Amino acid sequence: MFSAFLIKYAEIGVKGKNKYLFEEALVQQIKYALKRCEGEFKVTRTDGRIYVHALSEFDYDETVDNLKTVFGISGICPVIHVEDEGYEKLAQKLVEYVDKVYEDKNITFKVHARRARKNYPMNSMELNMELGGAVLDAFPEMKVDVHHPDVMLHVEIREKIYIYSIEIPGPGGMPVGSNGKAMLLLSGGIDSPVAGYMIAKRGVKIDAVYFHAPPYTSDRAKQKVIDLAKLVSRYAGPVYLHIINFTDIQLYIYEKCPHEELTIIMRRYMMKIAERIARENECLGLITGESIGQVASQTVQSLAVTNEVCTLPVFRPLIGFDKMEIVDVSEKIGTYETSILPYEDCCTIFVAKHPVTKPNLNIIKRHEQNLEEKIEELMQKALDTDELVIARW
Amino acid sequence: MEVYLDNSATTRCFDEVAALMTQIMCEDYGNSSSLHRKGVQAEKYIRYAKDVIARNLKVNEKEIFFTSGGTESDNLALIGCARANCRSGRHLITTQIEHPAVLKTMKHLEEEGFRVTYLPVDQKGCIRLEDLQRAITGETILVSIMHTNNEVGSMQPIAQAGALIKKMNPKILFHVDAVQGYGKFRIYPKKMKIDLLSVSGHKIHGPKGVGFLYVDEKVKIKPILFGGGQQNGIRSGTENVPAVAGLAKAVEMVYGNLDQEIENLYRIKRAFVEGVQKIDDVIVNGHPDETGAPHVVSVSIRGVRSEVLLHALEDQGIYVSAGSACSARKPQPSATLRAMGVSEELLGSTIRFSFSVFTTMEEINYTLQTMYDIIPMLRRYTRN
Repeated sequence: MFSAFLIKYAEIGVKGKNKYLFEEALVQQIKYALKRCEGEFKVTRTDGRIYVHALSEFDYDETVDNLKTVFGISGICPVIHVEDEGYEKLAQKLVEYVDKVYEDKNITFKVHARRARKNYPMNSMELNMELGGAVLDAFPEMKVDVHHPDVMLHVEIREKIYIYSIEIPGPGGMPVGSNGKAMLLLSGGIDSPVAGYMIAKRGVKIDAVYFHAPPYTSDRAKQKVIDLAKLVSRYAGPVYLHIINFTDIQLYIYEKCPHEELTIIMRRYMMKIAERIARENECLGLITGESIGQVASQTVQSLAVTNEVCTLPVFRPLIGFDKMEIVDVSEKIGTYETSILPYEDCCTIFVAKHPVTKPNLNIIKRHEQNLEEKIEELMQKALDTDELVIARW
Repeated sequence: MEVYLDNSATTRCFDEVAALMTQIMCEDYGNSSSLHRKGVQAEKYIRYAKDVIARNLKVNEKEIFFTSGGTESDNLALIGCARANCRSGRHLITTQIEHPAVLKTMKHLEEEGFRVTYLPVDQKGCIRLEDLQRAITGETILVSIMHTNNEVGSMQPIAQAGALIKKMNPKILFHVDAVQGYGKFRIYPKKMKIDLLSVSGHKIHGPKGVGFLYVDEKVKIKPILFGGGQQNGIRSGTENVPAVAGLAKAVEMVYGNLDQEIENLYRIKRAFVEGVQKIDDVIVNGHPDETGAPHVVSVSIRGVRSEVLLHALEDQGIYVSAGSACSARKPQPSATLRAMGVSEELLGSTIRFSFSVFTTMEEINYTLQTMYDIIPMLRRYTRN
């Protein structure tokens, strides 16, 4: 029955002269999401509104589900189109609409008419009153409430007449592509995909880097990360995933540095490598899934020591989240099931029984001097192993 | 060089099998239950397959039921017989080292109200007949013992167990999971007092998704799948004609030249065990000699995590398994090795090498050389 969707967006509205850039990004993202849906659609931007028009048969549920993944959308309103065949016909169509959509008529309502076409013979006030009366006549159990109606019946007079009253909540946020690009350090865990999702929600395009350590980590662990990137791309758009072989660096650190400091030093080198790839790919920041105190390498002291190697800003959207809160988001966005598959990642192999929890930067730096001989060469070698996978939903 | 030493997980299909199956899928694709010529043609393949297998086991062809593989054969045998015979008693016996297809089915039957005894094994992975004798009670209706263990290759005393069971009570049914043993040994159910025998196609160079269950005609069994009543109602569902024909072809090929192939496998096993024992601090589990299966060698390598060695070998083109393929993806270590008393430390350091008729001496030498090269390197970096 519905033939179009009115797309509502919240934060874009306040962006002044940049508004059209945000709207354009939103239109692009909507088009990208609709590619996955059966049917043909046209996305239009008129009078500060974005409409998705169905040009063919389409699957309503599938279309709504996919629109719900587009950041920037605050609400999705399914719309019916009515030809302008005079007021009487309009009133009849509105009554039919109410009858179909609301099975239980024990509700309060209000008609909200709006004329984009000012040559319509009745003005908005008249339309509100007359159409409201028509609905009341048809369904005496319904009541008008002009302040807090259960249902707001929108009637927009355009070339055709649009009727809508349902608003399905969207994910909110800002359209991906409206806010630059950042590099996500993606592991196989629960946290990093959620971190990527949250930054993408603020309109940031996501590239990602994964460090694997064959033979200590398997192809299945790598595939799991590719699968996670795919799941994130459902919201974030195509994710360019860089896969870096980290084994030699890890073994070198293992040989040359105290075992308790392996993880923290390793993380510093991961950040360094991620930053180099980020700069080569026009990323303006790094994203990690760190949360204060979750593990030894995420104490405030450890975070400070890790952070010290970075010159790009590091976005840590989960910094104040409890584990359960992170799990909740991962379940909501559908990454949890994949994240908990039991393949070892390179952060957990070789991990010391008692890793340092309060590393001292000076001591860490002193121990890193043991790596001077070969580390630069090994980092370059690692960068050369870069395998690019484009993850698409 | 690519060296596939994971033949207990699955085997490469014989070319002849694949060719025959392609032909059946594309040309003789009829439903063997159809009344027309196309159906009759398909049915011929099924009849021929039953004939091949029945001759091979020296049983009647009416006693062969095709299934989707080892797991379904085990499920049908255990659940089908337990339910059909529960009036005679509700006690079942199996071993601690069975494949999950048996162990998990037994767990399920416990939920249905059956009592199950799990026989322990010795350090070599074999049950003791005294334990079996002690376990049998007046309530016992079925004993299920695997022919050859999938993780360490230990072989169970099937003929002696069969004789013992029938001596104590001829009514007790004897099921044998021969998924790893069939195709390596001549198995004659009537002589060995086996009432039910599970076999899988893809372990003997046949296709995946097919197997059979031998059921002695005197056995009372109920179906576990319901539908069109094919195969005497014991196993409903359209017969998988191409796979069944492929399975029979594989049986013919494997048994066509069995003695020579087995001799060759033992030669390979001996050479491999000898070579592996040159590495410091390794233990060959089970039977390193000819008292064990010819195609499985389980090795524990102290100080090397099995998954790491597996992937390091993979990098050199050598494919092996950590423990057994069925348990390798789960975090808990192998139940078989634990039942054999392998120490906790070595449970996570155990690799299974399994050979087939395609395995060559050259591949064995390459594998040994690769292990000599990488194990000292891997031992330098260990978690502690």
